[in-house]
Amino acid sequence: MFESLSDKLQGVFKKLANRGKLSEGDVDAALREVRLALLEADVNYKVTKDFVARVRERAIGAEVMRSLTPAQQVVKIVNEELITTLGAPAKIDLSGPPPHVVMLVGLQGSGKTTTAAKLALKLRQSGQRPLLVAADTRRPAAITQLEVLGQQLDIPVHSEGTKVPPPVICAHALKRADDAAYSVVILDTAGRLHIDDQLMAELEKIKRKVSPQEVLLVADAMTGQDAVRVADEFNRRVGLTGLILTKVDGDARGGAAISIRAVTGVPIKYLGVGEKLDALEPFYPDRLASRILGMGDVLTLIEKAEAALDQEQALVMGKKLIQGEFDLEDFLRQLREVKKMGPLSQLLEMIPGFSQLKTELTPELTDRQMKMVEAIISSMTVEERRNPRIINASRKRRIAKGSGTTVQDVNMLLAQFRQMQRMMKQLTSGRGRGLLSMFR
Amino acid sequence: MLGRSKKISQSLTRTRRSFFGRVTELLGVSEISDELWEELEELLIQADVGVKTTVELVEKLQEQVNKARIRDAEAVKEILKRELIDILNSKVQRSDESPLLTVILVVGVNGSGKTTSIAKLAKYYKDRGKKVILGAADTFRAAAIDQLKIWGERVGVDVIAHQPRADPGAVVYDTIQAGRSRGADVLIIDTAGRLHTKYNLMQELKKVRRVAAKNAPRAPHETLLVLDATTGQNALAQAQHFKEAVDITGIFLAKLDGTAKGGIVFAIAKELGIPIRWVGTGEGLDDLAEFEAEAFVEGLFE
Ligand SMILES: Nc1nc2c(ncn2[C@@H]2O[C@H](COP(=O)(O)OP(=O)(O)OP(=O)(O)O)[C@@H](O)[C@H]2O)c(=O)[nH]1
Ligand SMILES: Nc1nc2c(ncn2[C@@H]2O[C@H](COP(=O)(O)OP(=O)(O)O)[C@@H](O)[C@H]2O)c(=O)[nH]1
Ligand SMILES: [Mg+2]
Ligand SMILES: [Mg+2]
Repeated sequence: MFESLSDKLQGVFKKLANRGKLSEGDVDAALREVRLALLEADVNYKVTKDFVARVRERAIGAEVMRSLTPAQQVVKIVNEELITTLGAPAKIDLSGPPPHVVMLVGLQGSGKTTTAAKLALKLRQSGQRPLLVAADTRRPAAITQLEVLGQQLDIPVHSEGTKVPPPVICAHALKRADDAAYSVVILDTAGRLHIDDQLMAELEKIKRKVSPQEVLLVADAMTGQDAVRVADEFNRRVGLTGLILTKVDGDARGGAAISIRAVTGVPIKYLGVGEKLDALEPFYPDRLASRILGMGDVLTLIEKAEAALDQEQALVMGKKLIQGEFDLEDFLRQLREVKKMGPLSQLLEMIPGFSQLKTELTPELTDRQMKMVEAIISSMTVEERRNPRIINASRKRRIAKGSGTTVQDVNMLLAQFRQMQRMMKQLTSGRGRGLLSMFR
Repeated sequence: MLGRSKKISQSLTRTRRSFFGRVTELLGVSEISDELWEELEELLIQADVGVKTTVELVEKLQEQVNKARIRDAEAVKEILKRELIDILNSKVQRSDESPLLTVILVVGVNGSGKTTSIAKLAKYYKDRGKKVILGAADTFRAAAIDQLKIWGERVGVDVIAHQPRADPGAVVYDTIQAGRSRGADVLIIDTAGRLHTKYNLMQELKKVRRVAAKNAPRAPHETLLVLDATTGQNALAQAQHFKEAVDITGIFLAKLDGTAKGGIVFAIAKELGIPIRWVGTGEGLDDLAEFEAEAFVEGLFE
């Protein structure tokens, strides 16, 4: 049985080796599809070109994973690169003394007023005292719109009608917030075209008057190629700090997000996913990336292949365990895996009675504990790691000193390791058989 | 990241001139080369024409150029223009009959420009001696009714409205009744913005249409889909779904005063056969023009 298992593993790795690296031909063939997908998703032409060139550089010569075709391998790289380009999500910056001013800007109809109300709700839920400001004096009934939304949420709205210039309204609102201890002031500005110099100058004036901590571009997920110019111009005039993408509840692929990120580099803060006021969601780069790429089936395939690869690694580990080759270095690696709920721990979960054992073995490891384990193991000699039995009292003292821990800590670690080894024996005898036969 | 952003934005500055203006430039000076075709493709795609339509256009153009052994870049430009105009002047006929009471239903996704466009149309018809009444069937969005009422006042036409959250079908019914009793010529119905993917909201819209159909002969006589010219490829899906649900008779292309080109209308005309009827060119009441394919295409080349 062991033979067949390792045979199988060898076969697997041989296949992997045979597959080799991505050729230029593979890459270019796949990138043609990717380019189409991005353009269809409304990623700007130039941004797409730049992006594809970057992926090409990274992809040529890359290893092809087992169970993926070269084309799928390229898509995997593209997906990763898209996720990187979309960047990490960011929260609203509320550092420093209140009141914090958040200013929403964007084209007509992009969703600013609705988003202002949604944000106010979200911020109140996190313990802030928001004040909404009706700074759109142009669109008919824009003030009433914000007032109605404010009423629905029971959040106050500062408005001064349509005759007072918006920069003055905003300054008054800030003063009111100061006086009445509102902690966040959210400015709902009028929609405007990025090329409307007069109205862009009005935004600059508001910015000068109230020094907003956040200037967020509210952009429609359906925006086309022009997104780059809109974002570039708003960024140039008022210095954006973030992006909120709205109407993500539709079926637009939302490539504008990539375009806007590429020209402004500002983080995406939230996604608007409906007309209701609680329809504001955090942004997950991986979800948005696969939506933009629109190759859901391919991505699922890749995920499966990745899971399979994890299983392979788990099998290698399992084999080592069974053959008694499991040493402290593997142990360290395994602890890290368990910490992020890695594959082996999941495999163990499948064996009756083992999930309990697992929690006993590796109780919630804090970062501090993890660091300690790492420090202890790295203070051991290679020989000690391979064969922990030789670790006697004097070695323990040396290891403790070297790692800045105590002998007690070292003992505890060794005990855990021995327990793990015992567990491995159970794996090979009787109870584990079901598990291993799974891989035949 | 920063370095890259800067580079892209710089390259954008360089191309800030009208894309089609660049085509003109290109076609005017250069010979017919691979580069020309590539740039042509780039320019069309940047105008939101879409990859599929662009490729079809360019291939057709290449074919014609080869067959007729055209060497003059200026001639290529004329052929392209003609192609583009042909797409927009698609087979769909305008109905010439003018009913006693014309009902125009206005639909579209959220924030595309419906209400403002309705105000512009109201003024257009009023200026031509028609008695116009508006129906505030967007009972959902906050202050949508107030918005339409303000426009009604500015234009000087009546607005039939119920309370917020009222049944939009009932508003349509009342608008038609009022149209009859007040002797109106044109009724324009504002509806709530809705994404074409929302089943319930599209069902609601169908119902609104049915109410109109039941209460006035052959109504609605026009069902206009308002598209935001800034919209990219999703506009095609919008047109498709709204067409299926309420049988769109024409497109109102709003916000054409920005830098977006609205190139997706080529795909909409080509694949769905929906004619473009109007363009919106600003936030004012007079910022409206009847769509003309020649002028639109010519405008792209300016
Ligand atoms: N620049 C420009 N802005 C426009 C045009 N048409 C409408 N707008 C603006 O776009 C915004 C949305 O317009 P609305 O008419 O309220 O759009 P709507 O489709 O009725 O919106 P909802 O009812 O909220 O779905 C407003 O700020 C309008 O002033 C246009 O042709 N050009
Ligand atoms: N489906 C959907 N509609 C939205 C979203 N955000 C805003 N809207 C709608 O888009 C339209 C325009 O929004 P509004 O806030 O008035 O935009 P503004 O002109 O930028 O202030 C309204 O009909 C909103 O209800 C969203 O995330 N999803
Ligand atoms: Mg608004
Ligand atoms: Mg409206």
